Amino acid sequence: MAGAANPNFDTLALHAGAQPDPTTGARAVPLHLSTSFVFRSSDDAASLFNQERGGHVYSRISNPTNAVLEQRVAALEGACGALAFASGQATLHASITTLLGAGDHIVASRALYGGSHNLLHYTLPRFGIQTTFVDPNQPDAWRAALQPNTRLFFGETVGNPGNDVLDLETIGAMAHDAGLPLLVDATLTPPWLLQPMRYGADLVMHSATKFLSGHGTVIAGVVSDSGVFDWEASGKFPTLSEPYEGFHHMVFTEEATVGAFLLRARREALRDFGACLSPHSAWLVLQGLETLPLRMARHMSNTERVVEFLAAHPMVQRVGHPMLPDHPGHGLAKRLLPRGAGSVFSFDIRGSRAQGMALIEALQLFSHLANVGDARSLVIHPASTTHFRMSDADLAAAGIGAGTIRLSIGLEDPDDLIDDLKRALRAAEKAGTP
Amino acid sequence: MKIACPWGVAYAYTGGRPWVQGQPTVLLIHGVLNDHSVWILQSRYLAHHGCNVLALDLPGHGRSGGHPCDSIQAYAAAMLQCLDAAGIAACAVAGHSMGSLIGLEMAAQAPTRITRLAMVATAYPMRVAPALLQAAQDDPPRAMAMVTTFSHSTLAPPPSALGPGTWTHGALDALMRRVLASNTEHNLFVEGFKACDSYQGAPEALAQVRCPVLLVLGTRDQMTPPKAAASIQAALPTAETVLVQAGHALMTEAPEATLRALHPWLLAS
Repeated sequence: MAGAANPNFDTLALHAGAQPDPTTGARAVPLHLSTSFVFRSSDDAASLFNQERGGHVYSRISNPTNAVLEQRVAALEGACGALAFASGQATLHASITTLLGAGDHIVASRALYGGSHNLLHYTLPRFGIQTTFVDPNQPDAWRAALQPNTRLFFGETVGNPGNDVLDLETIGAMAHDAGLPLLVDATLTPPWLLQPMRYGADLVMHSATKFLSGHGTVIAGVVSDSGVFDWEASGKFPTLSEPYEGFHHMVFTEEATVGAFLLRARREALRDFGACLSPHSAWLVLQGLETLPLRMARHMSNTERVVEFLAAHPMVQRVGHPMLPDHPGHGLAKRLLPRGAGSVFSFDIRGSRAQGMALIEALQLFSHLANVGDARSLVIHPASTTHFRMSDADLAAAGIGAGTIRLSIGLEDPDDLIDDLKRALRAAEKAGTP
Repeated sequence: MKIACPWGVAYAYTGGRPWVQGQPTVLLIHGVLNDHSVWILQSRYLAHHGCNVLALDLPGHGRSGGHPCDSIQAYAAAMLQCLDAAGIAACAVAGHSMGSLIGLEMAAQAPTRITRLAMVATAYPMRVAPALLQAAQDDPPRAMAMVTTFSHSTLAPPPSALGPGTWTHGALDALMRRVLASNTEHNLFVEGFKACDSYQGAPEALAQVRCPVLLVLGTRDQMTPPKAAASIQAALPTAETVLVQAGHALMTEAPEATLRALHPWLLAS
């Protein structure tokens, strides 16, 4: 069935959502840096505002460049649509607040990006939304954490930074049995590696800052909706299934049998919270998406080489990548992620915290900074940076030690990366010599 | 809006507006394995521009009760019963794909009640490829993938029913899955296709039609290509035809052009 009418992934990465501009003939996606769009008539204005017609009004709500990005991500995820936001954090916040309100509860994996943990653990409780964190590898823990007011399961496809592989089929089925959707953060496993909706995820979000854009140039986020979860049948989502006074008493589930979540998120989260993505940022993410398949293939082959090197090095105590048979997620990764379980992983060296810092200081190609998914290779010490607000107990529970070092493998020549690590490990060894 | 019909309770989306006595009514009928939501934009526009809109879920589909009908004629009778139950003496009808044949049969069975008939993405005969019919029986997800591919003509649809970020291919696939799951007793996919494939009543029905007829056809439609409507055009020489640059999923691939074709034509007296 594949072909021009039903293209494969690599073709969609280049073409979905875009065609030569009908006015100018421009082949690349035009960048529409316009806050607003002229109405053809008063009737046109009213009907656009009232969602009687498709079109753009104001770039906080929608923009033609952003729409290309949204369609393209949705196509790559196998979704019915997507919505772009100013950052991954804004995306998670908008996804949650579109569905939940004060008094509601989330069951979430405890192996989360530090920013997500902050939002769920510290900030949302102030607004009445509580979260119970569970071991993502223990399905029974998810079930045990269910409460009558639980409205969402949330986890990362490959948990940052321990690389726990989420059992999407099991956790998704458990969520659905409870009448709940599964939202996953797939930032570390872009859709070339894994399309979570195939395995039971209902909503998939990305920090597009990372692999989707891929060049470390832009902050962005996007969430896709599979359109499969039946919000009305669940009976637990009045924001979607009951009249919304804030938009002409619209009942989103009646309006759209699929896509009610996206309608409400655009009509409320973008409209009222306003964390819209700049069209320029959307355009930059699109440039990255065009080469996503090529980049991911290189990210994965480089990662394989680096993991093999580190796993065999005497200074290295542990390498936490699911490609290794001793990783707890190895079996799941082989099934869900046959192209690889991502290029972000951590390792522990045999030595002190000071030796860990010496290693980071000695690296030349690996850049010491707080990001992942760049074309360049990156390194960071999670305990003192991304996860520094977590207690030692929470750190340990998330699989992070004081000497854990996280790498994000880029697109450089793998021999050069291995050489850089080899020298840095030697420096770390020397730092431990009295 | 719920309407108690002899065959069960029908669900009709009214375009976000309450019923207004004295306004003309437009009945919108969806195709195989779809529901009212394929007409979202057109429904809302018409409802806010002088019409009472009934975008129905067919019997046994989506939010409507009852069982799916086994023929186009039976669906038409069920729709007329629905008009009776709602107290609607006459209305304009727009039908998409299988819905266009149901509209045709309604206009034949009750020529004084159907004031205008818009047949969107229509064909006669409306044959279904044996391979597709078999797939709908044996492997519905595969058949849905086929229909999704055949129904679309562009990878860059304009802002559509679910907003500017809609991926219409994925939205149609999700809708078909949802509608198929809405009826656990019947395979709505196979039964809908069989109703289309076995329909042989068009020559008689076309001879009974008394109202103005409009054909809205997608120039890139692979399911019901424009040439497949030639027999209808030949039987109704006064019928108007509007060609839209789109595939079979006209309402989502070309919502503006489809709306321009239907409005104000459906309201003309």
